[in-house]
Amino acid sequence: MHRAFCWLLAAFLALAAPSAFAADLAPLVRGLGAGSYTETEKAIAGLAETGDPAVVPVIEALQAGDLHVRKSDGAVVVAKRAGSGYALTDPLTGAALGEADRNAVEKIRINNALRRTISATLGALTLMSPDANTRRQAAEAVFKSRDANALDALNTALAKETDERVRRAMTQARASVLLAGDAPDADKIAAVAVLQERGDQDARALLNGAANTGSDAAKDAATKAIASVEQRLALWGAAQNLWYGLSLGSVLLLAAIGLAVTFGVMGVINMAHGEMVMIGAYATFLVQEAFRQWAPGLFDFSILVALPVAFLVSGAVGVAIERSVIRWLYGRPLETLLATWGLSLALQQAVRSIFGPTNREVGAPSWMSGAFELGGLTITYGRLWIVVFAFLVFGALLVALRKTWFGLSIRAVTQNRSMANAMGIRTARVDALTFGLGSGIAGLAGVALSQIDNVSPNLGQGYIIDSFMVVVFGGVGNLWGTLVGALALGGVNKFLEPYAGAVLGKILVLIFIILFIQRRPRGLFALKGRAVEA
Amino acid sequence: MLTRFFLMGLDKKAGVLLTVLAVLAVAVPVMALGTAPDSPWHLSTHTVALLGKYLCFALLALSLDLVWGFVGILSLGHAAFFTLGGYAMGMYLMRQIGSRGMYGNADLPDFMVFLNWTELPWYWHGFDQFWFAAIMVMLVPGLLAFAFGWFAFRSRVTGVYLSIITQALTFALMLAFFRNDMGFGGNNGLTDFKEILGFDIQSASTRVGLFVATVVALAAGYILASAVVASKLGKVLIAVRDAESRVRFLGYETDRYKLFAWTLSACMAGVAGALYVPQVGIINPSEFSPASSIEAVIWVAVGGRGTLAGPVLGAVLVNFGKSYFTAALPELWLFALGGLFVLVTLFLPRGILGLAAQLRDRLPARATVTAKPVDQKGV
Repeated sequence: MHRAFCWLLAAFLALAAPSAFAADLAPLVRGLGAGSYTETEKAIAGLAETGDPAVVPVIEALQAGDLHVRKSDGAVVVAKRAGSGYALTDPLTGAALGEADRNAVEKIRINNALRRTISATLGALTLMSPDANTRRQAAEAVFKSRDANALDALNTALAKETDERVRRAMTQARASVLLAGDAPDADKIAAVAVLQERGDQDARALLNGAANTGSDAAKDAATKAIASVEQRLALWGAAQNLWYGLSLGSVLLLAAIGLAVTFGVMGVINMAHGEMVMIGAYATFLVQEAFRQWAPGLFDFSILVALPVAFLVSGAVGVAIERSVIRWLYGRPLETLLATWGLSLALQQAVRSIFGPTNREVGAPSWMSGAFELGGLTITYGRLWIVVFAFLVFGALLVALRKTWFGLSIRAVTQNRSMANAMGIRTARVDALTFGLGSGIAGLAGVALSQIDNVSPNLGQGYIIDSFMVVVFGGVGNLWGTLVGALALGGVNKFLEPYAGAVLGKILVLIFIILFIQRRPRGLFALKGRAVEA
Repeated sequence: MLTRFFLMGLDKKAGVLLTVLAVLAVAVPVMALGTAPDSPWHLSTHTVALLGKYLCFALLALSLDLVWGFVGILSLGHAAFFTLGGYAMGMYLMRQIGSRGMYGNADLPDFMVFLNWTELPWYWHGFDQFWFAAIMVMLVPGLLAFAFGWFAFRSRVTGVYLSIITQALTFALMLAFFRNDMGFGGNNGLTDFKEILGFDIQSASTRVGLFVATVVALAAGYILASAVVASKLGKVLIAVRDAESRVRFLGYETDRYKLFAWTLSACMAGVAGALYVPQVGIINPSEFSPASSIEAVIWVAVGGRGTLAGPVLGAVLVNFGKSYFTAALPELWLFALGGLFVLVTLFLPRGILGLAAQLRDRLPARATVTAKPVDQKGV
């Protein structure tokens, strides 16, 4: 019985609480319109004391100059221009209060002193917000503004804070305020330590400021902290380059791995490889269009459907090319090069005729958008997935070539065609399927690249030379060589970029490869033996 | 002896080609300058420039055929040499503009003034003299080819690998020339030329003069190439194409022979580029694009690699087709070009000029098939 009463009371309170608050707040809000600046300031302080988030929009309206007093009854309202008059709303509840003539309301004026109070109050109120993210953002805002007025609010908020991440953000904000103001030495040195721990660009900027002002002890601490922060930044910079290199490397790997099959395993130079990638990207676009049309709710899964579709479409085109053109040209690699170049031109034009020359928009599923931070690194999910995907494809291909009957046939045909034929392997069919496999993998690459590149008829062109470089650099006929080649070229490219710029970096990489091939004409992991000369 | 060397390579095909060129060298000036503009025989300046452009491409195709058809080096980067020659000429033409540019700077080309450069870069010096530019037209592509070939042939990069790195070479050059701070006009390249050797570059007579120069260059290139091919040196080159390791085994230093042919071919391509630029009026980095190199390869393939006359024919025919198709059916041009690549490699491996020989080969081939059982009985 007693317990039931308690529950009831709690339920009643929970229902009544907002309105009760609103009732309490209303007179305070009314106080804003009292007249003089000092009275307004008092009213703001009163509102701030409640610590109620419902106050925030009121004070924001005051800051924006939207808060007015209705002359007829002295009520404080939000007035927004509507036609010749104003549309009125209640500042607390947001309820519409009808329209009013321009003369029926009077704006609540604020001066600079009030403006400071307002922003400090707003900072403090958001620092007290029940939502942890809002609190953290408020702390970050204070960190950037270094507003000394927010110090008290920060201290109060810190005392109450339980969330570890928000707490850290608040401590850093407090340190930045202390360092910017004229706090005692001990506080400043403590603040320097906090910022040193944060260790990013912003912290370095703050510390740089602190190193020029204040007492010797504080200066000293700041200088030491700067050195430490810079070391840390350099370390993260290197990590960043490494990540970008890995990311670029995995894109190269995706684009080149199909080529490694057709060029490396079959000895066919497929200049239309880039177009297979492009077809995969357009397949993604079509699958997404279908999802947009018929199942918009399942859009996030469109990529998963696009993968097999792209593989099959590109693979089928590959098989068709092999059956119609390439099978007549085995053993004449330079002529496959010419014929497939012709095919690539025709395929590009075909896509341009069907889809138009402009870029097509391919959306990213929600689980591929956004980013997370890892120390000083910002890693986007899209890139992360592409890295994961590239390695998955590589692993799958490796397993397929080593552990399956199909893979065994491919290797048998590659090593000794006539012997394989004599053993009952249908070499013609293996050729077609191998070419289809290489093209299908290019299609998979197209799905991934559609997420980071423009889906246009020229998509493939951008990757063909890089892909060849990777395969040639890594050594033909060796999947591991392709992996090492892609990662090495991606890494070198990204490490050169900060010093040489993107274009010059790329030129240097190309020159490096040209020179490298002079040293090792058969690539990094060259096949040895008599097959090489063939 | 020198005349014997040059006349050695001339056969019936050469006679036909040189006669056609001689007729062009006489007829085009007469038709362009000697007839009234409304006469049906009149050639407009535009047509003259177009014909000149075709012949420049023919010279490029000829130079490519020298290395591909006779030494077996498929270069996917010959546009690099062509364009470098073009840039050398373009620099001379740029310097001739003098103070007539938009900014009126007597020394600096407009794009440098625009980029706030105050001094001419060192590599632009000397290009105000025609003789210097004319040397550079051959020297720059020649030196690049020599350096590249020296590395490549010595370490025995062959076949597909060589093709791919030549492509990388021209791609790298394209990226480099697109940069503004290279000092070659970046994206826009060199254009807005005024005069060459003191003649107005727009006037009909200058255009005709340039055309005749191109005809002469093409004829000279053809005579030179056929002389090289017919000489003992040419025999070694052909042997290298067919079985390099055997030739090396016989004691020939094959890389030197290849290097010679490669460098010579690059110089010829440079001349072609130099004649191309004043007739088209612009040179920009997109000429370096791997696609234009590969297009040159198709001219050779269509005409017939290893025939010298074939590439000339192929270049003119394909480019005429290009002019026609891009005007009449722009959508179809890439289909047509792509189809040409496929069909020629599949059905005309020896090109148009090789067609007759190909057909002749077919008949005896059937005869040997019927003769086979007899052979087996003998065994």
